[in-house]
Amino acid sequence: MSTSDVTKDGITGARPDRDALTGATRPGRRRRRRGEQLMVPDAEFGSYYGKPVLNQVPWAESDIAGYLFLGGLAGASSGLAAGAHVTGRPALATAMKLTALAAISGSVVALVHDLGRPARFVNMLRVFKPTSPMSVGSWLLAGYGPLAGAAAISDLTGLLPRAGTAATLAAALGGAAVAAYTAPLICDTAVPAWHDGYREMPFVFVGSAAAAAGGAGMLAAPMAQALSARRAAVAGAVLETLALYRMRARMGLAAQTYDRGRAGRLMKAATTLTVAGATGAVLLGGRSRLAAALSGAALLAGSACTRFGVFCAGTASAADPKYTVVPQRARLRARAGDLADREEPADTVRGN
Amino acid sequence: MTLDEQPRTGGEPSRKGFFTDTSVCIGCKACEVACKEWNAVPEDGLDFTAMSYDNSGGLGADTWRHVAFIEQRQPLGGQETGVGRTTTTVDLGMPLPRPPGADTGPEERGEFRWLMSSDVCKHCTSAACLDVCPTGALFRTEFDTVVVQQDICNGCGYCVPACPYGVIDKREGDGRAWKCTMCYDRLGAGMEPACAKACPTDSIQYGDLDELRQRADARVERLQEAGITSARLYGRDPHDGVDGTGAFFLLLDEPEVYGLPPDPVVTTRDLASMWRHAGVAAAALLAGVALAFAGRRR
Ligand code: SF4
Ligand code: SF4
Repeated sequence: MSTSDVTKDGITGARPDRDALTGATRPGRRRRRRGEQLMVPDAEFGSYYGKPVLNQVPWAESDIAGYLFLGGLAGASSGLAAGAHVTGRPALATAMKLTALAAISGSVVALVHDLGRPARFVNMLRVFKPTSPMSVGSWLLAGYGPLAGAAAISDLTGLLPRAGTAATLAAALGGAAVAAYTAPLICDTAVPAWHDGYREMPFVFVGSAAAAAGGAGMLAAPMAQALSARRAAVAGAVLETLALYRMRARMGLAAQTYDRGRAGRLMKAATTLTVAGATGAVLLGGRSRLAAALSGAALLAGSACTRFGVFCAGTASAADPKYTVVPQRARLRARAGDLADREEPADTVRGN
Repeated sequence: MTLDEQPRTGGEPSRKGFFTDTSVCIGCKACEVACKEWNAVPEDGLDFTAMSYDNSGGLGADTWRHVAFIEQRQPLGGQETGVGRTTTTVDLGMPLPRPPGADTGPEERGEFRWLMSSDVCKHCTSAACLDVCPTGALFRTEFDTVVVQQDICNGCGYCVPACPYGVIDKREGDGRAWKCTMCYDRLGAGMEPACAKACPTDSIQYGDLDELRQRADARVERLQEAGITSARLYGRDPHDGVDGTGAFFLLLDEPEVYGLPPDPVVTTRDLASMWRHAGVAAAALLAGVALAFAGRRR
């Protein structure tokens, strides 16, 4: 009776045949297995040939992470535009309105690109479904986009100033919703690194949005009018950093995906750029035009890195069954309220 | 109120479902073939996966039934010959053969069991795919199954990461989402789904969900009594994370061994809380911006 297995990595457990040594004992399979368990207890979990439980997120990273970034930038820019408009900072107001229009146009292009063709976006507006953040978001975009456009065009051309003001204020409200809704958009999935952060993600996203919009203001507006942009940028950077820290601390196992691989590198870059940009804004933003522009650019880049990092962490957590199985198993154990499970032999010899 | 508790008015068909009893599955893949044939599902690669006899890998846009194969060094359970026979055997006094490994212990015994299971869309009572679909392409039928309307789906792909079981997926080249329909067209004509029809061992059973649940309870009890202690039902409980599934399973090991999530929860269960948090965040953004403009003008 043979006890060898044909596995993906070749044949295991084969008898030594003619290479057998007299008097040598075969290393016990059982002992080895037990040793492995002790060394990496948390890595032991059952899976089907290590295949992911979830199907991978089908969105192109450049499209959807780009959409998250641009949507946030647009939304928060509209807020700053309204503030500047109302308090009489015309240069900042114009810069922010144009940023908002450009960013929301870019985000819609990214969205349509991911769908394949423009007619498919129209299908989004067939129904309104509050259970679908994507449906809610489509309606938000359909409302907010034209407002941001009207605000920018009225500002540039000087036409219909009253309507322009109304559009600017309405766009600020819609923009806040656009910047925040993208968190439920990605968290309302089974992807562990997204879903398990649903409490903090909106704060990460609006913080990141404010940092980006403030950065854009520092980059585009003269220093004399950019104080509010700097404040918004710094406040946003602080909120984003704290919310991220809390999210990763509370998330459980899936938080690992924010430390590892491409997502880990992006998140590290995001933190570095955001902290550097915010520090620059505080120390030099009001003194040197060049330093203000550089800090602004760093904040924009930091916000983009955050969105791409969050996206990558999500796809990484969907690709590894560990992030699905281990927390669910732990939940079941906690519910059953006993650890006797672990002693059962059926539990230790699992799958492949 | 879950689907199961909703009162049925006259004329409405009862909730239909699948009970997949993996303990009698022989891994013939007749279900995979029948599904592809009936639903005209395109070919998606004829591969050697090196995962035992599995060559379809997992559920997706072009695999609506997937037979999993798991090889384990474990006995199936205590086994006796002649179980269920009415006639008793006569002892002829012949020497009995010793079972392999009886003298050498478990290491040499070569114990082996081969688990096979035909996976399918669970047709969840609380279906995340259906909840998140922005176009309304995914809908619940009169049989309480979950079906994509292909003329409405716009290929946004939101349903794909929403499904906690990794069932639905986007079809390459087509861009729209596809999955098991429980043969909606056949159900309407009073026929059973193609996979259940083709299954030679009745591992796939189709019928009224209530009745299937009773049948499954009896079956698992019988297996337990026969010494197969690892037998368990998966998706049977109407109070689990997806409020029970329309397609449920009898498994012989933990769900994750078959590539199934051990405790799936429909993501939209937390959606109200998500919206609340997002609302607070949006308000915080507006307040923060307003504060940024407060104070001395510069
Ligand atoms: S198993 Fe997935 S695809 Fe099937 S109904 Fe449930 S959520 Fe939808
Ligand atoms: S891909 Fe189609 S079925 Fe899936 S959520 Fe989008 S519109 Fe609905």
